[in-house]
Amino acid sequence: MANLTLENIKKSFGVVEVIPGVDLEINDGEFVVFVGPSGCGKSTLLRMIAGLEDVSDGDIRIDSASVVNTPAADRGVAMVFQSYALYPHMTVRENLSFGLENIRMAKPEIARRVSDAAQLLQIEQLLERRPKQLSGGQRQRVAIGRAITRDPKIFLFDEPLSNLDAELRVLMRIEITKLHERLGNTMIYVTHDQIEAMTMADKIVVLRKGVIEQVGAPLDLYNNPRNIFVAGFIGSPRMNFIEGSLVRTDAGHVAFEAEGLQPLPLPDADPSLGARERVTLGVRPEDFVISREAGAGWPVAVGVAEQYGASSYLHCTLKGEIPVLIHEAGQSLAKRGDVLHIAPRGKQYHLFDADGLAIGR
Amino acid sequence: MTDLGVVKTGSSIGAFITRRRGRKKLDWTDWLTYVYLLLGLVIMFTPVLWVVVSSFKTPANLTEFPPTLLPYAAETVIVEGHDAPLPLFDVTTEEGETVRLAQLRRVGINAQMIDPANPEERLTIPVENAQPVRQIYLAGENYTNLLSSTGGMIWRYVFNSLFITIVATIITLIMNSMAAFALSKYRFRGSNMALVAILATLMIPATVVLVPTYMIVAQLGLVGNLWGVILPTVATPTGVFLLRQYMLTIPDELIEAARMDHASEWRIFWRIILPLSAPALAVVAIFSILSRWNDFLLPLVVLTRRESYTLQLALASFSTEYGIRYDLLLAMTTLTALPLAFAFIFLQRYITSGIASTGIK
Amino acid sequence: MSARSQFAAATGTIAALPARLIEPLMYGLQRLVGIKRMPWVFLIPNLTAVVLFALLPVFINIFYSVSGSDRLFPWDRPLIGGANYATLFDCGNYLDPSTCSRDLFWRALGNTTVFVPIQVTVMIGVALITALCLNREIRGRGFFRGIFFFPVMLSPVVVALMWQWILQRNGALNGLMGAVGLTPVNWLVFPNTAFFWSVFITVWAHMGFYTIILLAGLQAIPRDVYEAARMDSASPWRSFTKITLPLLKPVLLVVFILAVIRSVQTFDELYVLTGGGPGSATMLMVQYIYEVGFASQPRNFGLAAAASLLLGLALLIFTAIQMRISRGGAND
Repeated sequence: MANLTLENIKKSFGVVEVIPGVDLEINDGEFVVFVGPSGCGKSTLLRMIAGLEDVSDGDIRIDSASVVNTPAADRGVAMVFQSYALYPHMTVRENLSFGLENIRMAKPEIARRVSDAAQLLQIEQLLERRPKQLSGGQRQRVAIGRAITRDPKIFLFDEPLSNLDAELRVLMRIEITKLHERLGNTMIYVTHDQIEAMTMADKIVVLRKGVIEQVGAPLDLYNNPRNIFVAGFIGSPRMNFIEGSLVRTDAGHVAFEAEGLQPLPLPDADPSLGARERVTLGVRPEDFVISREAGAGWPVAVGVAEQYGASSYLHCTLKGEIPVLIHEAGQSLAKRGDVLHIAPRGKQYHLFDADGLAIGR
Repeated sequence: MTDLGVVKTGSSIGAFITRRRGRKKLDWTDWLTYVYLLLGLVIMFTPVLWVVVSSFKTPANLTEFPPTLLPYAAETVIVEGHDAPLPLFDVTTEEGETVRLAQLRRVGINAQMIDPANPEERLTIPVENAQPVRQIYLAGENYTNLLSSTGGMIWRYVFNSLFITIVATIITLIMNSMAAFALSKYRFRGSNMALVAILATLMIPATVVLVPTYMIVAQLGLVGNLWGVILPTVATPTGVFLLRQYMLTIPDELIEAARMDHASEWRIFWRIILPLSAPALAVVAIFSILSRWNDFLLPLVVLTRRESYTLQLALASFSTEYGIRYDLLLAMTTLTALPLAFAFIFLQRYITSGIASTGIK
Repeated sequence: MSARSQFAAATGTIAALPARLIEPLMYGLQRLVGIKRMPWVFLIPNLTAVVLFALLPVFINIFYSVSGSDRLFPWDRPLIGGANYATLFDCGNYLDPSTCSRDLFWRALGNTTVFVPIQVTVMIGVALITALCLNREIRGRGFFRGIFFFPVMLSPVVVALMWQWILQRNGALNGLMGAVGLTPVNWLVFPNTAFFWSVFITVWAHMGFYTIILLAGLQAIPRDVYEAARMDSASPWRSFTKITLPLLKPVLLVVFILAVIRSVQTFDELYVLTGGGPGSATMLMVQYIYEVGFASQPRNFGLAAAASLLLGLALLIFTAIQMRISRGGAND
C-alpha cells in the first residue's frame, strides 16, 4: 500500500521530448487510469514508474522515498504487460513462482503464495499447464496472478485487456475492479479505451503529447471537461462540436450563433461571458431535445438512423455540412431524409474558447 | 502447323520446369523427373552402399576382379592332420563328374587336393577344373581386426573426435548465444560495431588465415592438443547471426517481466532466452557437430602427434599406411561415416531447414 | 512440437548443473559492473575468440607475407619487403609455369582457375535441376531430398576414400566397364580423368547443400504468382524465365557466391583422393599453401601467407564485383 508522487517527470529519447514534465499525486489504494490516444506517453509514464525506462529528469517517490535510481525489481511494484509476457516454456505454477525463487524465498512460502493467488483468480486447475494451452482470458488471469504473488505495493497494468475480445474485456474489467476492492492496493492502469477508464477508475488522468490534460473522477471529467480535448476524448460516442460565436441577445442573454443557423439562446450561460468571436459549442449526443416541429431549434437532416434496439443513434447534418450525432432513447421513428429540430437540453452544453479551454463554468 | 508443334513442346518443357502441383495424370515430364531422380538415387547412393558392402568382404574377396556384388567367403573344412581349415573346391573330374575336394596348396597351374572323406590320398588337379565353393559371408572380423591391429588406438581417435565435437559444440552454443543475446536484447554503444566485427569474419576463409591461426595456437602452447582445434573454431559468425535473428523474435516484454521478477541478467539469459531459443540452438548445434566431426585441414595442421589424431586424420593417414589393407580401411571408412549417417536420419528436418534459412537470409 | 519441447527439456536439465556454478559468478559481475555493461560481459568471450582467431590472424598474415625465414613467431622473423611476392611472381614466361621459380604456385593457380568455373557451373546447374525436380508434386519427395542431401554430411576424407575404392584399378567402376565390354581405365593415374573425377566427386559431395537452398528459394515463391501468370496466359516457359528465375535471383546469387568461395577453398577431398596428383594435375591453391607452409621442409610460412593473401584478395574482389553487379541489376 503506498502513495506515489511524480514530480516534474521528464523523458526524452535523444532530441525528441516525449514527456515534457508531469506532476501527479496518487493516493494509497487508489485505482488510477492513465488514458489518452496512442503516442500520448501514457505507457512511457507507466514504464518509468515501473523502472523499465530511465527518467530523464524529475523524481518518482513511493511512500516518500525516491525510487528513480532503484532497479525495477526493487521498487515494490508489479506489472501486468499488454502481451502478458508469460514465460512460454514454464508452467503456470513456474510462471507464478519464478520471481519468488529469484529472491530465494522459502519453498513453503512460495507454495502458499502461489496457491493463494491461484485461488483468488480461480486458476488452480490450470497450474500445471503452459501458457500456450490457455485461452486469452486465462492468460490474463495468470499474468495478474504473477503480479499478485509478488505482493507489491503498487500494481501497474499496461493495456492489459487490449488483446481480448469485446465480451471478455467486459468480464475482465469487472474482475479487475473487484480485485482492486478485495486487495485494496494502489493500482495504475494504462489504456487508450475511455470506456475502461470510465468504468474502472477512481481517478482518471487524461494525457496528450506527454502532458496531463485533466485529472479527476470519471463523472467529473465527463460532466466538467476542462478543455475541448478532454471533452472529445471522454464519452462515447463523441461529443458534438459546432464552431461559431457568442452574441448578446436583446433580452441581455447570451446566445450562440453559427453561420447559417439561427441564434441559439443559452439562457443559463454566465452573463459575464459577453460577446465573443470563435467559440465552440459542445453538446453530447444524449443531451439534445429533439422535436419534429419547426422553430424549436436548429433543423437537422437525418442521414443514417442506427437502431440499437434499446436506443438509437441518428447521424444527422446541420446546415453547412456539420455532422451531428444524436442519441435517442428507445427505438427512433426517424428515417433518412427526415428533418428534426434540436436544441441542447437545459444546461447540458459546453462552451470552449479559441484556445479550447472550457468557459462559462 | 510447325508453330503449334513448337508451342506444344515449349509448354511441356515449361511445365516441367515451373509446375508445382501437377495434374493427376503422369505426363512425360513426370516420367523425366522420375528418371532423373532415380538416376540421382543410383549415383548418390550406390557408392556409399558399395563401400559398406565392401567393408564386409574378406581380404581375398576384396582383391577379386571383377568384384563380386555381395561379400563371399570360400567355404572351408577342417581335415584331420591339417591345422588350418582348408578351402573347398568343386572339381570337375575327367569323367565329367563333380566332386568336392579340399585344397592343400597350389603349385603353378595345378593344385594339390584331398578328399575330406579320405584325407590320405592326395590328388593333383588342374586349377581350371576347380571352382571355389563360396557362400555369402559378412566379414565382421574386418571391424574387430581394425581394433586389434591399431592396438586400441582407434578408441583414442574416436575419443578425440568425440571430445572435440562435443566440447567445441557446447562452447560454441554458449558463447554464440551469449553474444547473440547481447546483440539482440540490449541497446548499447558499440553493439553495431561488435556485430559487424563478428559478421565480417564470414568473409575470411579459414584457409587464408591458416598460418597465423597455427602461430597463435602454437603461442598458446596448444599444438598437438585437442584444445588447439577447439578454440579457433568456436566463435562461428553464422551461429551468432542465426541465434541473433531468432532472439530478435522473442518479445522484449518477457525480459522486462523477468527483470521485474528479480531475475539477474544471467538468469534471464539462462532461464528465459536460452530455453526459448531451442530451435535455433538445435540448428547451430547440428552445424557445429557436422563441421567439427568432419574437420580436416585445421586438425591436420595442429594435431601433429599420433595420440591426438581425430578419426578423420587417422583415416587419411591409414589410406597411405594401410594402402593394401583395404579390409581395414573400408571398415574404418564405414565407421567414420556411420555416426553422422544416423544423426542425419533423425535430424534431417532441422538440418535442411537450418541450411535453407542461412542460405536465404 | 514434441521434439522441440523434449529438446528444451533436455537442454534444461543439462543446463542446470553448470548454471549453479556460473550464476553466482555472473550475478556478482552484474553487481560489480552494473546492468548497463552486462551486454559486454555476454559479448566478450565470443568477441575475444573472433579477434584472436579471425581478425588478428588477418593482420599477422600480412606481416608473415612481408617477412622471411622459417621461424614461426613474428618477432623472430626479419622483414624482407615484397620478396615473397617477388618469388611467387618470378617467372620467365607467365604462360609456362615451368619457367617460374615457384612453378607449383602457377600450376596450382592454373588448376584453380580451370577447376572453379567448371565445378561451380556444373554444381549450380545440377543443383538447380534437382531442386526443380524436387519442387514438383512427386512421390517420395522427402526421400529423394534426403538422398541428394546426405553426402553433405559425409566427411571429405570419407568421400575421397569411398571414391578411391570405386575408381581404383580393380574397383567397381572398372568391373562395371568390363561387364559391358569396355577396357578398364586407371582413372586416377591420368591427368585428364583425375581432373574429371575431382570435379565430379566435389560436385557429388556438395550439390545437396545448394539444392536445399535453391529448393527453399523455389518454395518461397508464392504459388499465386504462377496462377496469376497463367491467368495472364503466360506460357510456362515464360513463367520460368520471367517469374521463377527473377524471383530466385537473390537465392541464386547467394548460392553462386557461396559455391565460388567454397570451390576456391577445395582441399580435403582432393588431398586424400589424389594428393594433388598425378604430378600436379589436381593441385589447387589451398593445397599449395598447405604444402609450402606445413608439409615441406623448411616450412615457408612467408610464401604460404603471401599466396593465401592473394587468394583472399581474389575472393574479396570477386565478391565485391558480384555484389555490385547484382545491386546494379536490382536497380533496373
